[in-house]
Amino acid sequence: MVLSELTAIPGVSGNERKIREKIISEAREYAHEVKTDKIGNVYAYKKGTAGSGAPVLLCAHMDEVGFIVKGVRDDGLIAYEPVGSMSSIDARIVVSKPVKVGENAVNGIIGAKAIHLQSPDERTQPLTHDKLFIDIGAKDKQSAEKLIKPGDFAAFDEACEEFGDGLVKSKALDDRVGVYNLLRILQNEYPVDVVCAFTVQEECGLFGARVAARQYNADTVIVLEGTSANDIGDVPEHFRVCSLNEGVAISFMDNSSIANVPLRSKLISVAEASGIRWQHKAYVAGGNDAGALQTIGGARAVCVLSVPCRYIHSPVSVAAFSDIDAQFALADAFLKSCN
Amino acid sequence: MNDILFKLLTAYGPSGRENQVSAIIEELVRPYVDEIQTDALLNLIAIKRGTSGKRVMLAAHMDQIGYVVVSADEKGFLRVAMVGGVPRANSIYRQVVFENGVCGVVGTELQDVDASDTALKKIFIDIGAKSREEALSMVNIGDMAVFKPSVCAHKNRVSSPAMDNRAGCALIIMALKLLTDCPHDVYCVFTSQEEVGLRGATAAAHGINPDIGIALDVTSVGDTPKGVRNSAVALGEGIAVKIMDSSVICTPWIVEKLEAAAEKCGAKHQREVLEAGGTDAGAIQKTRMGVPSGVLSIPCRYIHSASEMIDLDDLEAGAKLLSTFLADY
Repeated sequence: MVLSELTAIPGVSGNERKIREKIISEAREYAHEVKTDKIGNVYAYKKGTAGSGAPVLLCAHMDEVGFIVKGVRDDGLIAYEPVGSMSSIDARIVVSKPVKVGENAVNGIIGAKAIHLQSPDERTQPLTHDKLFIDIGAKDKQSAEKLIKPGDFAAFDEACEEFGDGLVKSKALDDRVGVYNLLRILQNEYPVDVVCAFTVQEECGLFGARVAARQYNADTVIVLEGTSANDIGDVPEHFRVCSLNEGVAISFMDNSSIANVPLRSKLISVAEASGIRWQHKAYVAGGNDAGALQTIGGARAVCVLSVPCRYIHSPVSVAAFSDIDAQFALADAFLKSCN
Repeated sequence: MNDILFKLLTAYGPSGRENQVSAIIEELVRPYVDEIQTDALLNLIAIKRGTSGKRVMLAAHMDQIGYVVVSADEKGFLRVAMVGGVPRANSIYRQVVFENGVCGVVGTELQDVDASDTALKKIFIDIGAKSREEALSMVNIGDMAVFKPSVCAHKNRVSSPAMDNRAGCALIIMALKLLTDCPHDVYCVFTSQEEVGLRGATAAAHGINPDIGIALDVTSVGDTPKGVRNSAVALGEGIAVKIMDSSVICTPWIVEKLEAAAEKCGAKHQREVLEAGGTDAGAIQKTRMGVPSGVLSIPCRYIHSASEMIDLDDLEAGAKLLSTFLADY
């Protein structure tokens, strides 16, 4: 199983069936037990070699940002909106991007009125999704309705490719990199019991994680995520957040959680002792499943490990293989050090 | 001056780093309770056991707002983000202090700054370092600074940083001192991370699963010149019984009982409706199957500044009311 297999599978928040099936089939080979719950989360339980006890919970979300069809216009163009109010997809960067719509993966392009036809005023207004549409090439409403219906989900369409110097570009790196690393973790043995939780609907507001929080008695939670890297152009240093090829980004705080101090210190020491490249996530922004897992159903120690991704929440993100491997290596080394 | 309050006001404890203030509270509360517990979010839970089988949860957050170091620039200035809602306007040129004692001054960029710019993007902390290396040898990324402690007495009123919510913590301890007989298990939870979203209370309430919950916190007042609009709450008019804020509509029968307790013990009291704001009661009320909840609010001027001001009579009225309520519930 390689990263490109995982990013290719559609799984917009609320429509995770296909990626869930893939995760279950991969996890079954290595986990002692694989379960799902009613909202669609997957839990893969791996018993520890040193005898059972409270598990360490590792978590990655399987959903990706995307869109949902609101209706078909009279002219055959599709009205849509982003799924989940928290998913914040910049409307200015989706114009002319390819998407796959519905269960049959109909090809579409997100479109807007051509710039040449916009008035000078219109050109300065920020675009919003309600001014855009998906064009599936249908000549009228009737033909479009044969292929698409309201409630269909649309995902970005961008294959996963290596490029540049050890970098990868793809849709859905957030958070298929986390899913990928969790599946790799499951292949190993650890002294402690481990639960790998693959959550749904994180991008909507941590919906899956709120349910996942009540399933296991874990005291320690580590979330594997993708986070924004702003290490480009003339961005002032204090807005960069983190940089590619500088290692796994360890958070001290984001908008949904403050990292548990002893747990974070331990992760840093493990990284230093094992020679794993790490950096601070040097910005307080964004939220993730740790926000739900730290408080719901009781208090837990949480820390977030992130792969830096340029252009996150857009049709194509860019990450470095070395950082993806560093995220895996740190989670792996941490679990080996637990007893 | 109120000794308990003074000790609490000068303790260091921004959200997520409440160890120091928790240790001080633990010492102060120990003589009045049977058991003390903590949890993974650093909530401090002090339990006074009863015999009725009913559980009352009191909640006062011990965390204060502050600044978290995000990076150090090449000249040694620290870039920061907010911990809780610390307004830019209340920050500029204030003196701040880190857990390890390092002191700093909050500075601001002067060029291209909009008056309406409320975020901390143009803010930095100056700890007197001359380079990035020097700065990071003094503090770490992820370290937090708070307003430098500074308690000022104005006749019967006191102003200080962290009145929000060390005053609430003091109220609980003062009420425990007055409490003679309470048949129920009283869980005094000094919660963590309230300022960043009621996080400690959310976790603690789930564990305790109380029959009722009462939060103790400060609230804003409308009694200064052209001050907060639409607030009838005033300093010196007594402890405020909260009706509603944006996190909770207090359970009506709890409001009634709190007001009845006030009448019984002669504690001066007023009613409070807050258009914004939130308290731990918002988290407690939504726990599990729901928990009847209320709030006693200490009127406070200049909230989220370095000079939050309360009236000590209001605080004492609150302690009297709470202990009467607990004995009678």
